[in-house]
Amino acid sequence: GQELRLRVRLLGSISAFYQRQAGELDESVLELTSQILGANPDFATLWNCRREVLQRLEVQKSPEELAALVKAELGFLESCLRVNPKSYGTWHHRCWLLGRLPEANWARELELCARFLEVDERNFHCWDYRRFVAAQAAVPPAEELAFTDSLITRNFSNYSSWHYRSCLLPQLHPQPDSGPQGRLPEDVLLKELELVQNAFFTDPNDQSAWFYHRWLLGRADPQDALHCLHVSRDEACLTVSFSRPLLVGSRTETLLLLVDESPLAVAWRTPDGRNRPSHVWLCDLPATSLNDQLPQHTFRVIWTAGGAQKECVLLKGRQEGWCRDSATDEQLFRCELSVEKSTVLQSELESCKELQELEPENKWCLLTIILLMRALDPLQYEKETLQYFQTLKAVDPMRAAYLDDLRSKFLLENSVLKMEYAEVRVLHLGHKDLTVLCHLEQLLLITHLDLSHNRLRALPPALAALRCLEVLQANDNTIESLDGVTNLPRLQELFLCNNRLQQPAVLQPLASCPRLVLLNLQGNPLCQAVGISEHLAELLPSVRSSLT
Amino acid sequence: MDNRLPTEFDVVVIGTGLPESILAAACSRSGQRVLHLDSRSYYGGNWASFSFSGLLSWLKEYQQNSDIGEESTAAWQDMIHETEEGITLRKKDETIQHTEVFCYASQDVDGNIEETDDLQKNPSWVASSTLIKPLDSACLSEEMHSLYVSSYEVPAKGTPENNGEVTDTAETLVKEEYCGYKTYKHRVSDGAKDEIKPILEDNSDPPKRNRITYSQIVEEGRRFNIDLVSKLLYSQGLLIDLLIKSNVSRYAEFKNVTRILAFREGKVEQVPCSRADVFNSKELTVVEKRMLMKFLTFCLDYEQHPDEYQAFTQCSFSEYLKTKKLTPSLQHFVLHSIAMMSESSCTTIEGLKATKNFLQCLGKFGNTPFLFPLYGQGEIPQCFCRMCAVFGGIYCLRHKVQCLVVDKESGRCKAIIDHLGQRINAKYFIVEDSYLSEETCSNVQYEQISRAVLITDQSILKTDSDQQISILIVPPVEPGACAVRVTELCSSTMTCMKDTCLVHLTCSSSKTAREDLESVVKKLFTPYAETEIDKEELAKPRLLWALYFNMRDSSGVSRSSYNGLPSNVYVCTGPDCGLGNEHAVKQAETLFKEIFPSEEFCPPPPNPEDVFFDGDDKQPEPLGANTIIIAQLESSEGSKNLESSEKHLQN
Repeated sequence: GQELRLRVRLLGSISAFYQRQAGELDESVLELTSQILGANPDFATLWNCRREVLQRLEVQKSPEELAALVKAELGFLESCLRVNPKSYGTWHHRCWLLGRLPEANWARELELCARFLEVDERNFHCWDYRRFVAAQAAVPPAEELAFTDSLITRNFSNYSSWHYRSCLLPQLHPQPDSGPQGRLPEDVLLKELELVQNAFFTDPNDQSAWFYHRWLLGRADPQDALHCLHVSRDEACLTVSFSRPLLVGSRTETLLLLVDESPLAVAWRTPDGRNRPSHVWLCDLPATSLNDQLPQHTFRVIWTAGGAQKECVLLKGRQEGWCRDSATDEQLFRCELSVEKSTVLQSELESCKELQELEPENKWCLLTIILLMRALDPLQYEKETLQYFQTLKAVDPMRAAYLDDLRSKFLLENSVLKMEYAEVRVLHLGHKDLTVLCHLEQLLLITHLDLSHNRLRALPPALAALRCLEVLQANDNTIESLDGVTNLPRLQELFLCNNRLQQPAVLQPLASCPRLVLLNLQGNPLCQAVGISEHLAELLPSVRSSLT
Repeated sequence: MDNRLPTEFDVVVIGTGLPESILAAACSRSGQRVLHLDSRSYYGGNWASFSFSGLLSWLKEYQQNSDIGEESTAAWQDMIHETEEGITLRKKDETIQHTEVFCYASQDVDGNIEETDDLQKNPSWVASSTLIKPLDSACLSEEMHSLYVSSYEVPAKGTPENNGEVTDTAETLVKEEYCGYKTYKHRVSDGAKDEIKPILEDNSDPPKRNRITYSQIVEEGRRFNIDLVSKLLYSQGLLIDLLIKSNVSRYAEFKNVTRILAFREGKVEQVPCSRADVFNSKELTVVEKRMLMKFLTFCLDYEQHPDEYQAFTQCSFSEYLKTKKLTPSLQHFVLHSIAMMSESSCTTIEGLKATKNFLQCLGKFGNTPFLFPLYGQGEIPQCFCRMCAVFGGIYCLRHKVQCLVVDKESGRCKAIIDHLGQRINAKYFIVEDSYLSEETCSNVQYEQISRAVLITDQSILKTDSDQQISILIVPPVEPGACAVRVTELCSSTMTCMKDTCLVHLTCSSSKTAREDLESVVKKLFTPYAETEIDKEELAKPRLLWALYFNMRDSSGVSRSSYNGLPSNVYVCTGPDCGLGNEHAVKQAETLFKEIFPSEEFCPPPPNPEDVFFDGDDKQPEPLGANTIIIAQLESSEGSKNLESSEKHLQN
């Protein structure tokens, strides 16, 4: 029976294909495809077939005939949805059909969605369709919100319902123009927090509630900005760092450079030379822009699309000049959670700690506590955060690597904050158990960087943004590649003892660092390589390197 | 009409209670020729449901106890041979005692309505109506409120037939409504059209409660389907399994019980038992929510965590609960409303097991573990009778049996002799125990069940919706006494008239039903007459009408305590006191296995569509938790519409 049925179906589809090619797009194709789609609605080609036929019939038929046709099509779609309520093709076809109708009965479509969601409240296909219908029918957001209420009441493990709330609430409570968009006023926020707290106290293992919680406490994307501008007379170079990675080029983002208020055409490139989307871009400056005849030169970079700009001054007799936003002031590192009302965050932290006492092994709760602490005060809570990380790693060993990276990120952020506070250009990141280097675009001005005694496996390409770096210590890691140690114009000393550098070839990037004079490679496998000294002498002729 | 029956059968079943009906269906299904008799004029025996007037007639029958006026019964003695002897059966049912009726509703004015004897036609048999909002594009917009009523007609006597006619009865509905208008002047009253109830009465401030008079109850008596036994179906219970497996479920519709209630410190509260309930509860703090969920989650697989309870196996469950960081109200909920156990007698293991059972039934069809059959519990035995009839069983109500005929030599029963003097031969005889004579039962000890049936004017816990089905366990005041189980039904269960609730109270008897139950009734309700006092009293629902009675509980009687029954006479017991129907199902299955050890018990009926190759792999995949019944139910009909789930579980 099975085989026979399959054969019949196959014959049907072949015949449908044939007719389509022959241009016979009439009702018989509708009939034929309906037989196949009725049994298996996931046959995208046949849906296309139907659309072609319907489009053709649209011009041929009288309005009455067409109305009958549409009615039949809607009925057919419903029968397909009953066979498979989660068929992409069927829902898409319905969207397409309804979108073409001059006077679609949207009330009826809403009813249909409600019915299907009653059967399966988590059918995201139907949720999708509902959002489409609600938008077409201009259903007030308040009504839709009440609908999500009713479904969350039935079963709160419902990503779609929570997600829909996160779309509807900002519409219902638009913020004043000045404030960050997409956020909620405090009274609404508190009500939502109470709702979601009920959910995660009832079932702390339900992810959907935690994700919604995170959205509630999160904040809108930071505004586009230029964070740092640096000019170096020696290298005749201007470096800019942005709030997000971008691709600068004629067809993408445009950057305008004004030197002493007159535009200057320059070629932009990334520090690593790859010219991929990057936080940091730089350009070479002509000698005329840097001459010592004027008391100072001003450099202004305008990011047209981002609507942001920044200016810095190079004074006569100085080697460099810069202008930089403070990470502390701009709260760059609190991006996980909002800074809105620390009282709200504080009370959320307390209830999460209460839950954590009841459920010491709940990973969602632990992670939320960490995020809340960071949002409240990353430095004050640093020690406590690290303890929670330890617990979290123990209860969720599957995500140990992710957690290590997250922890590294937080530690690096804290170090940057401390460094800013001390107003130095030296950053000590030794003995911190780091597994990954983040936020390197924040370290544009660093001259001395200590990365020793960590678990780093690479010095990543983004490290090339550290244009001022003179000394880099990275002893006692597990570094295998040095891709980021490239084009560093001021790098003089590089310490790489006790790492995992295998082949002499990994040293290649170092050749692009013109001022490198000292290189320590002790304790790396490549020290044993045959002809290593000769290789070094050839690759880095002016460098004094230690191998043993 | 000729009442003569065929004379040769394989199985004769006497009594139409639940176990007998299941057995009749099972026998008929496995190819036996079945004759199913009941001396009463209605199906179900003590499992029956009655309209209001039907119940009054039933009461009358028990109150006129003395009258055994035997009509012309042909003497059975002439009908048996010398090698045979007769075992007489009881002529009068004696399972119901201490019936007491109280009417609180005013019996004023238009009290000239006759309490018609309605026993002959049990209306519950006739129509099972289904509210469907069709999704079908053709009729959704205009016919949003149209109804499909599928009605099954059963000949008043003789065999029910399978041809359940499905008629598009917009017409029927109109007719019904029309009738409604004629009889009850001022109220548009059809359970199906709740939306359009008149707002007239709701305008006054403070809201006036409906005054329901006794004559209204009598007028609308047909709206009632009053169960003699008050039971619910566990959604993972044996009866549901059997209904699904045997496909008998197609004959019935169910509603999910909507609330579990608790009675604590003089107040009725809703018990949050499902995850959704706990989430939505306004009464519990978040920490209480966590503790309750944590405990319930643990109970679901408590066997896996012996260290959590091992030290407490000697303690009572209530002692154990005190160690689980649950607040007193949570302890009460778990002990009385979820485990449904008594404070003193229940051990930790029993409590955990009961809690687990409760929780496992959750979520299958809704947020409580119980289902209630529309039109009353009395539907269920009839559904099995229908199944039996579909496979050729023959039915006779009002058919008395004088005696069993036993062959002296073999000691086996050969035949029965009915009240017409007809001799009917069979191989096996299944008899409900109330038919057995005093002589046969002289050594038997019975328990008793105390029952109360109340008609009230509103729910014991009011919410936005007045269509709630609730179950409440009232713990005993003194330890050692029995807890009282209260089931409150709303009009959409098709068991009572609009603006009333039907309340059943059940406990195992220590005294008469009224003595056992009256104190609980007084706690929960106010008699209608005393109403116009203070506000606090007004918060309680008012009692319009009450009936108390004791029903015999023979569920504990063993077969061996009957005197002189041949081995091929099998005895079914009457209803037990428990909440579920597990006892009746187990009994039916056990007896069936005894009679036909090699036959399967109620297998699914053959599906006519199975004959064609088209069918199996195209079944709709399960849409959600509450369609489980349907997946099996509807396979024969394909999935004609999405509403099939609602059709069976209008929750």
